[in-house]
Amino acid sequence: MFFKLKTYSSTPLILSAMLLMAACNSGGSKKTTEVKVDSAELAKDIFSDISNAKQIFYSLPSPMESAMLIKSAGATYNEKYLNPISNVSKYTSNKSMALNLGSYITDLSYASMFDQSQTTLKYMEVAKKMADGLGITEAIDQNTIKKLEENINNREAILDIISETFMSSTAFLQENDRQSLAAIALTGGWIEGLYLSTRLVGNEPIAKNKIVNRIVDQKLSLDILVKLLNNNKSNKDIAEIMPQINNLKKIYDKIIIKSSEIKTIEDAKSKITTLKSTTSSNISQPILNELSESVKNIRNNFTL
Amino acid sequence: MKKILSLLALTLIISAASFTASAQCKGFAKKVCKLDLIPYIHDGNYHAAILTEGEEAELYKTFYADQEYRIAICVVDAFPQIEFKIYDSNRKLIYNNRDHHMSRIWDFKPEASQQLKIVVKVPASGSKKSDSEVISGCVAIMFGIKDKK
Repeated sequence: MFFKLKTYSSTPLILSAMLLMAACNSGGSKKTTEVKVDSAELAKDIFSDISNAKQIFYSLPSPMESAMLIKSAGATYNEKYLNPISNVSKYTSNKSMALNLGSYITDLSYASMFDQSQTTLKYMEVAKKMADGLGITEAIDQNTIKKLEENINNREAILDIISETFMSSTAFLQENDRQSLAAIALTGGWIEGLYLSTRLVGNEPIAKNKIVNRIVDQKLSLDILVKLLNNNKSNKDIAEIMPQINNLKKIYDKIIIKSSEIKTIEDAKSKITTLKSTTSSNISQPILNELSESVKNIRNNFTL
Repeated sequence: MKKILSLLALTLIISAASFTASAQCKGFAKKVCKLDLIPYIHDGNYHAAILTEGEEAELYKTFYADQEYRIAICVVDAFPQIEFKIYDSNRKLIYNNRDHHMSRIWDFKPEASQQLKIVVKVPASGSKKSDSEVISGCVAIMFGIKDKK
């Protein structure tokens, strides 16, 4: 699939480029050289040489990845933390429907990770309502629900249906000049993932707690979220969300992450490259408590 | 008035062409690119754009400790030699597909969570082409994750 563009003059190209751009905008084992650098400084660096690339994407963990991160950190399944499906009737504005499209898809991804098939199905139904309300009828239709029902015991098929649902929803919004709503759906999904993580921390001491590590790591994605929202800040709904995210960032800024230099080692047989490095942070119980409270407030604001 | 109508018509034609191109790009990503991720599971994110020879796209993403990822760069047949580089947050080059036979796939496993920058560039054509034609096509950056059951 390619296109040959006739270039009679530069104006149509510039115009089409602008329109196209609008349509498409989101503990290590081996010791390495211990170059300790604060990741906040690194985060500034990685964005500091943004070039004149035609297209710049800011990618957040998808609902599916957030759910995988929660599961792989050793969290358990607890349905009481999901956004209740009874809340669905409260979401009538585009902003609340987009936020909760993200939130419900994260919840159903989390349920699917723990093989909770009936909950996955129920949450796909409410996600469909959000998508319908936003006019994304092609992303989740009756066929999606039927396919999910038919494959309810096939984990791989379920994960594929969920990833395709999320991709179709955000792609539809992006290509219909509604990239702000796509960014809002991504924000809703990311906050829900962070909320679930903070609820599922458990009693294990911070130093050994893998879920706490996952929460700390979200500092890196928060930088990317802030960039994504800034790109759409002229939108009224995004402007309303930004102060809450900026408040969360202020708390995350108290966490200093130190990382060593990355060394790449490729396995000759599997061809998988290991990025060898180590990391540590100054997360403490008071900071974690403050973070959890802030995330809970934002999430309640989005879902209630 | 005639000028305004002409401009309006031109804008509508361009908008329609852009919409069709991006819709085709989504279809391409769904039907063709997702296959490149097997046996990894597509994360559900969508990053695709129409690029022209000499243009590049950048993507910023956090990759998490102890997860296994596949990055797949999916392009139309018109761009057989796409360049694909990955930089760490210290701007150090950690992967260049020129060192891997121009592979469009990279499988990796971070031991610690990392913010990485992916740069994809459609090389400018070596041969001098007629000014009247420029080749453009869909370029998608897709991510797969290993499902650790």
